[in-house]
Amino acid sequence: MTARIVLHDADITRALRRIAHEVLESRRGDGRLVFLGIPTRGTVLAERIQRIVDEIEPGTSSVGSLDITLYRDDLARTPTRAPAPTRIPDEGIDDAIVVLVDDVLYSGRTVRAALDALADHGRPRAVRLAVLVDRGHRELPIRADFVGKNLPSSMSERVSVRLADVDGVEEVTIEP
Amino acid sequence: MTGLLIRGATLLGETREDIRIRGGRIAATGRLTPELDERVIDADGLVALPGLVDLHTHLREPGGEASETVLTGTRAAAAGGFTAVFAMANTSPVADTAGVVEQVHALGLQHGYATVRPIGAVTVGLEGERLSEIGAMARSRASVRVFSDDGRCVHDALLMRRALEYVATFDGVIAQHAQEPRLTEGAQMNEGALSGELGLAGWPAVAEESIIARDVLLAQHTGARLHVCHLSTAGSVEVIRWAKARGIAVTAEVTPHHLLLTEDLARGYDARFKVNPPLRRDDDVRALREALADGTIDIVATDHAPHPAEAKECTWAEAAFGMVGLESAVPVLQTTMIETGMLGWEDLARVMSSAPAAIGRLDGYADPLTEGAPANVTLVDPAARRTWSTDDLRGRSRNTPYTGVELAGTIVATVHGGVATVLDGDLRPADEVVAAWAGLREDARG
Amino acid sequence: MKHLLSTRDLDRATAVSILDIAEDMARTADREVRKLPTLRGKTVVNLFFEDSTRTRLSFESAAKRLSADVITFSAKGSSVSKGESLKDTAQTLQAMGADAIVVRHHGSGAAHLLAHAGWIDAHVLNAGDGTHEHPTQALLDAFTMRQRRYGADSRERDLAGMRVVIVGDVVHSRVARSNVWLLSTLGAEVHLVAPRTLLPSGVETWPVTVHEHLEPALALGPDVVMMLRIQQERMHAAFFPSGREYAREWGLTAERFALLGPDTMVMHPGPMNRGLEISSAAADSSASTVLAQVTNGVFIRMAVLYLLVAGSSEERA
Ligand SMILES: [Zn+2]
Repeated sequence: MTARIVLHDADITRALRRIAHEVLESRRGDGRLVFLGIPTRGTVLAERIQRIVDEIEPGTSSVGSLDITLYRDDLARTPTRAPAPTRIPDEGIDDAIVVLVDDVLYSGRTVRAALDALADHGRPRAVRLAVLVDRGHRELPIRADFVGKNLPSSMSERVSVRLADVDGVEEVTIEP
Repeated sequence: MTGLLIRGATLLGETREDIRIRGGRIAATGRLTPELDERVIDADGLVALPGLVDLHTHLREPGGEASETVLTGTRAAAAGGFTAVFAMANTSPVADTAGVVEQVHALGLQHGYATVRPIGAVTVGLEGERLSEIGAMARSRASVRVFSDDGRCVHDALLMRRALEYVATFDGVIAQHAQEPRLTEGAQMNEGALSGELGLAGWPAVAEESIIARDVLLAQHTGARLHVCHLSTAGSVEVIRWAKARGIAVTAEVTPHHLLLTEDLARGYDARFKVNPPLRRDDDVRALREALADGTIDIVATDHAPHPAEAKECTWAEAAFGMVGLESAVPVLQTTMIETGMLGWEDLARVMSSAPAAIGRLDGYADPLTEGAPANVTLVDPAARRTWSTDDLRGRSRNTPYTGVELAGTIVATVHGGVATVLDGDLRPADEVVAAWAGLREDARG
Repeated sequence: MKHLLSTRDLDRATAVSILDIAEDMARTADREVRKLPTLRGKTVVNLFFEDSTRTRLSFESAAKRLSADVITFSAKGSSVSKGESLKDTAQTLQAMGADAIVVRHHGSGAAHLLAHAGWIDAHVLNAGDGTHEHPTQALLDAFTMRQRRYGADSRERDLAGMRVVIVGDVVHSRVARSNVWLLSTLGAEVHLVAPRTLLPSGVETWPVTVHEHLEPALALGPDVVMMLRIQQERMHAAFFPSGREYAREWGLTAERFALLGPDTMVMHPGPMNRGLEISSAAADSSASTVLAQVTNGVFIRMAVLYLLVAGSSEERA
């Protein structure tokens, strides 16, 4: 059986645009926005969302990446991987509204690790979570604030996000 | 049973004959019919060799009983087809007096697995300073004829000269462990690219070759006999070849391990491969094989050097030098020399029996396997092959370098002075061997 | 990676990835919270048969920054100095639940033995074995060179095009061995300078150019000059006649130092013998990376510990 495409490139662009608007709407007051992507694809998505936000409200947001490899609680069960760089914008995250961005939300363990990592970098006013796809099956009490597409899936299925910058094609697929 | 009949053995790999053994001697050879009181050994397909003689064995007793004793060492010898071993002097106390050599000699007689001829120390305590009581050892019941400080080199040139001259007085020979001590301080393995890479101090070939060169010149100058232990380098072979061409009375030995193994084994820092002199390069192995084949090297001797596990289960530099080799000697020789066509079985009999016996002045090995000769016989199954393991060892220690190596040939039977010490490929029990010797002495008196 | 025993075992990709991970570790050093939870619940044992406070502290601090539990066994005053064998000590540590053993030993091959003798199944990290290797020192040297050369743009780069001159007691130096293999794997051009007495046998088979005198090597315009520590007792074993003569012939004197290019780095694994292999003028100059080497040592050791210990348990067959 072959993979089924659930989001085409245009769908992805639309989803990110919607997320950008939702983030701006949800921001109350004049809080500074910091988008932090979780490598590899979360970083790409964070950059795209921030670009949209910056077009609408120039100069009110910044973007970076937050590697969580060294914070994972499943290190001993997976092959060792090299960490990706963490880039925190020069202004830091203290008192900012941090929006964590990832491609897929699944068990929630990545987000937990990201929250741990974030705490070692400073103290944001609030932390939000944006994901392109939420496929369910949470193992922790974590939920996303902004979701591109809810994609109920079976645990045996495989959800893949491919982005032009990383993979050469732009699509989300599901395969049995 | 008072006699043995070996049926259908191939004598020295040449002719198929039966061998009758009675009263400790070869009673007859040829086509023989079994008699009622004989134990018959079916030797179809087996090669009959004279009992083997090891000129270089470390039996460790007295003092080193944790690694070997005269009993366990001679059992290992018998399992390897040996009927006589020369026991090195570096025991504790050192075999530098008549008392110690007589004790070791007597232990050999008591157990009966092999004839034990002690080697006397050249210098007191192997210290390289004063000559030991060479005359007393020579005249003792052990009738010592081989003298060696093995493990150490008699490096002082004057002392070596005197030793050669003095030992000659008693028809003895100095067996020199050729190792220039200053050039080998802290030495761990063959000096070369590998020692440089592994960070182990090198044992340069020149440290062996320079001593051999000096010693053959001293032997020439004094007219005395010299025996050089465990040659390990191509350069040493050249020096011996030169000396023999000049008519110098020098004999040389090589160990089985130097005929098979090379320094590359040090790469894993497994101290089982740490030995003195060290394993060398392929070129050296080739030169040693050729020299043994052309007679430049006279004999093979095992340098059987047992060590307890803890002396090998440590870092390379902390580990003891040496490997056990009695049980594996014939398989290694068959693998390296016979199967390569470099030696025949008759040659093997020479380099592992008659020649070492002649150097050590051991009687009874000059005309082996002939009527009237002492019954020292070894039966080899040349068709057998096995992957070597520590289960194949019969001594007290386990430090063999051959585990996992496939070797050709196996010892099926050993007869020492008419007494079977090995039958069907395994040792006979100690009480049976002792009783058989007692029976022989009864017969001799009666 | 199961063990780190020798830089010979590292291919270019692995070596570069260790340096890159060390960059990540270095980043965490400027944060508010320096500690990472990565090795929480893991036990790292420092087993030091040889005294070396600097290296021991560096490993301890690396393991602690990664939240590992750290146990240190030093030869002095413990059972290891009372004749207990390496095997018994290692098995004791294994029984205590060591996930990784950082070992320094005076015997070449000690780390290899711990890793492969079948006594234990912990990860083994060679912190210096006899005159064999000291892989983390070479890695931190390479890291330091790369950082000086490329700064923030270091990631994913190797040392291609860099010319490194290593001077001194190569035959007894585990630092030199580890550096020769690693630097050449990373594409650097390596030169060794020493009198013949201090060159290892077989050096002609190494991926290096050998010089017996210092001037011709310095005239090549090296990017790095690495001075090895000279042990005073060597002169008694006839490796060279006197410290004065050594310093004159092979030392990085103030005069020689003055001839170096403005960007040439001066490295030393420490501790230095000032006035012997290195002059104070060189050691205290801005060309000297000695202090950076100490700082970077922690990052490299964090990176290696991470790679060895954090990995999946299935790898630990
Ligand atoms: Zn010897």
